[in-house]
Amino acid sequence: MRLRFVVPILLFAALAAVLGFYLREIGRGKDVSVVPSALIGKPAPAFNLPPIEGNGTGLSSADLAGKPSLVNVFASWCPPCRAEHPLLAQLAQSGVPIYGINFKDKPADAKAFLAELGDPYAKIGADRDGRVALEWGVYGYPETFVIDRAGIVRYRHVGPLMAYDVERTIRPLLAQLAK
Amino acid sequence: MKRAVLALLLLVATQAQALEPSERLADPALEARARDISRELRCLVCQNQSIDDSNADLARDLRRVVRERLSAGDSDQAAIGYVTARYGDFVLLTPPFKAATWALWLGPPAVLIAGFIAWLMFLRRRGAAPETPLSDEERRRVASLLDQSK
Repeated sequence: MRLRFVVPILLFAALAAVLGFYLREIGRGKDVSVVPSALIGKPAPAFNLPPIEGNGTGLSSADLAGKPSLVNVFASWCPPCRAEHPLLAQLAQSGVPIYGINFKDKPADAKAFLAELGDPYAKIGADRDGRVALEWGVYGYPETFVIDRAGIVRYRHVGPLMAYDVERTIRPLLAQLAK
Repeated sequence: MKRAVLALLLLVATQAQALEPSERLADPALEARARDISRELRCLVCQNQSIDDSNADLARDLRRVVRERLSAGDSDQAAIGYVTARYGDFVLLTPPFKAATWALWLGPPAVLIAGFIAWLMFLRRRGAAPETPLSDEERRRVASLLDQSK
């Protein structure tokens, strides 16, 4: 007889706990539609990209090892990339190497983008057909990966970086990896 | 007449395809395998469409990669593995059965079975408790209440 009262209350409590957990995660800024990267804990994919025409030497996976760094997938046609650009500039200024993968962009547009907003990238590779971005499992633009000094992928951020993400996640992780 | 024409048109109509003619492989057997695989892979941009259905840029790139792998001699499993190694299990529209997904697979049948058991218990309890007949006192009270309402 008492079971009749206890069971619904327990069911409700379980449901409330599950929903409450997700609500808290969302409240903390988690986007539940973001797909976790399959590359976390694995070496960055091997690639070798040419430069944006007449702009540096390009980018290959060998460039990533040595020091904790960021790999940023961007394009001039992508408005959120423009929005996060000042934060990349700040990070670069504080000594973080940022490597750019310029995704499906026209060379002239990419160069105009960098000329207008500044170039925070240590090196940039031009991924004209998007094949290298696919190796990285990229599906939303921009995306930013944190790579440790051994060239292992530690973190992936989908979408534009916000000051919040940089302060709460990216910088602490870089500091920890630099130890 | 109009109805007949409409019915006929609906009969011959096929589902719209996102696949562009230039993407097709020349070998029909390989192409059929590629289509089957594409129907099982999620487009991460639209998330509830397969890459076979989706017009998104990423879906087209993934369709191309699947065809590339099959043309290179990969088995279906190897071609799917190539995509999941880069995009994770989430690209599979049918998730694999493993530690992280057992609740997903077993949850719905468990709830169904629990509901069935609760229903059986309810039926049994109802059958086990026969109604007790009214006492003489209660009968008189019912009669007087019915009289009052006339």
